[in-house]
Amino acid sequence: MACELDSLEDERPAIRGGSSPLDRRSFMKCALGSGAALGLTGFARSAAGTPSLSGDQKQDDTRFIVEAKFYQKQQNQKIKCKLCPRECMVGDKERGYCGVRENRGGTYYSLVHSRVCAAHVDPVEKKPLFHYLPGTIAFSVATAGCNVNCKFCQNWDISQSRPEQIQADYAPPQRIAALAKQYGCPTIAYTYSEPVVFSEFLMDTADAGHEAGISSIVVSNGYMQEEALKTAYGKMDAVKIDLKAFSDSYYRNVVTGQLKPVLDSLVTLKKMGKWTEIVYLVVPGLNDGDAEFHGLASWIKTNLGADVPLHFTQFHPEYLLKNLPITPVPTLERAKAIADAEGLHYVYIGNVPGHPAQNTYCPKCRRMLVERVGFTASKILIRKDSCPFCQHPIPGVWHT
Amino acid sequence: MNTMRLDSRRDFFKQCLTCAAVLHTQGGMSLFAAGQQGAAPSKSKVVIARDPLLRGQGATVDSRRMGSLLDRAMQALFDRDRPIEAWKRLVQPGEKVGLKVNTLGGRGISSNLQLVEAICEQLQEAGIKAGDIVVWDRDSGELEHAGFHVSTERDRVQCIGTDRVDYEEALVAHGSVGSRLSKILTQRTNVLINVPVLKDHDGAGVTIAMKNMYGVIHNPNKYHPNGCNPYIADLNMLPEIRTRMRLTICDATTAMYEGGPGFKPEHSWKCNALLVSQDPVALDYTGWQIIEHKRAEMGLKTLEAEDRSPHYIATAADQEHRLGTNDPKRIATVEV
Repeated sequence: MACELDSLEDERPAIRGGSSPLDRRSFMKCALGSGAALGLTGFARSAAGTPSLSGDQKQDDTRFIVEAKFYQKQQNQKIKCKLCPRECMVGDKERGYCGVRENRGGTYYSLVHSRVCAAHVDPVEKKPLFHYLPGTIAFSVATAGCNVNCKFCQNWDISQSRPEQIQADYAPPQRIAALAKQYGCPTIAYTYSEPVVFSEFLMDTADAGHEAGISSIVVSNGYMQEEALKTAYGKMDAVKIDLKAFSDSYYRNVVTGQLKPVLDSLVTLKKMGKWTEIVYLVVPGLNDGDAEFHGLASWIKTNLGADVPLHFTQFHPEYLLKNLPITPVPTLERAKAIADAEGLHYVYIGNVPGHPAQNTYCPKCRRMLVERVGFTASKILIRKDSCPFCQHPIPGVWHT
Repeated sequence: MNTMRLDSRRDFFKQCLTCAAVLHTQGGMSLFAAGQQGAAPSKSKVVIARDPLLRGQGATVDSRRMGSLLDRAMQALFDRDRPIEAWKRLVQPGEKVGLKVNTLGGRGISSNLQLVEAICEQLQEAGIKAGDIVVWDRDSGELEHAGFHVSTERDRVQCIGTDRVDYEEALVAHGSVGSRLSKILTQRTNVLINVPVLKDHDGAGVTIAMKNMYGVIHNPNKYHPNGCNPYIADLNMLPEIRTRMRLTICDATTAMYEGGPGFKPEHSWKCNALLVSQDPVALDYTGWQIIEHKRAEMGLKTLEAEDRSPHYIATAADQEHRLGTNDPKRIATVEV
């Protein structure tokens, strides 16, 4: 299949978003629009989840296959995956839970290196990262696959599919770095599906990006073993972790994972000195209790500090949770009030356009420092990493 | 639930009711679904058809002997004097029949080509048009690697993988995992004949009839935790599968007692048998016992001792699923 990445136009793509909540429909609309602007029509189709329709379009799989990192060989040609806490024991000819790593004769392979099924230019605020180069854009890429199965997933058509079921293009690391530069993106973002499962590609692309002066950020569930986290996310310049709840039962029943490894990852990232922000998707009736909000905020303050940004975002019915309503804004405001009262300095409300809690305020003098309209940072007043009014330091990565 | 009464009309079928009772003492009792005990006294018939000379003097299965073996199995299952009568009880002209084969194991251990040809011949004898029969699995490449010729010529038996046809857009679910179903199942068939193989499985313990349905969905990787339990049972509960499923013909010409699901010649044996039943749970239970018997013969631990007993079989028989029976007292094993 011809790589449509070879025929990019010089035109800088229009930046979309900001006027509507990031539900799946608007995400896809945005994705399709961005893709069209980029000339990445193949990617745009894949982002919409349209699998290949005939054998004639069958991809040459071999160029996407590299030996996986983070696994141990076992008897009888089995392997034990050491990438995520699931530790899949995978027999010959079988794949791990993620669906993108396969045992072939006792050697474990990633099937998604350079197998990009979605590529778009997004505002960094869309990730969301609010304390990382506000107002800039990120060249955002994804492959198929995920190591959990959230019942609310907005991108399930790529995250819950096997790579051969999703149309993708061959986009090796150097090509991604070159494209990011070409489109004026100071950052490459690994996002949309679950970057944990394409760690090998992520690491190689981060290296290629850094060689070209491009940073890397990752949007991840943090469900990862410590060694893999240190190795892969050690190459990141900033990290956004989706902390999906503060109860293990929710992780078991709704996410198909565990809470503790994610908390451990957050602590590890803190020790590594990685700029990290946390998103908590508030799902009505499932993770929206006062006690849970209190526990969450208290844990963050104790273990990560008061300066870690926490985003409470609005849920929209998707995938296997279509029976639930959109999160009421007062619920998000209640969550923020609890986290504020707990002493966290930067608590945001997300997916609610125009809400004042999308802005950044100085925790000391309470003046507004960054004004956001949708996904766009319309005013950035921070100077020398500090509040220009009271000189209180504002944590984050504000300059390249 | 498809169950067969044990009222065999033919003297020459050796009925091994004691076989299951003896085998279950090897550890099966703990897996009985409580809900099945004390239920109605109907029995599920599982026919084990054997032919030690199936391969003659060579390694390849003899087509004529395979046809004859299939005939015996079908006659025994349906208590009919002629095979065509058995097939006519199974299918009606005008129906669209899918044969879900298993080709993961390549040439070493995939659904036997001669068996599939014999089934197709009998279906046509029973009035099914060739073009209304589709032999399928998840991937065309795996089908070809196993020896099948991928073909979509009109008026001939179709042979194709889901990779050429795609999965439905809509999600279906029984239990906690949602999946997209192969369009071959949903759009090209209204009758399903399951043609799995008999294998050890590193996760589920065994892979026989019910697990072969993993090839029907787009995300089988999401169904592997916890020894595939309850996922195998949940998947077989989907109406699109359950309402189509008429028969399982398990190819045990070559079987594996260890090291599955990938083919390991050192752990396979020429079993030269077919297992046939309309109760997939009873068939899986019976196949499991055959594998345990072989493991014992080879000096290996039981699957339970290896902490990979196939608990999914009991789940499939429980009150929630009722896909069949795993109670050896309610399974009529007929050897022919």
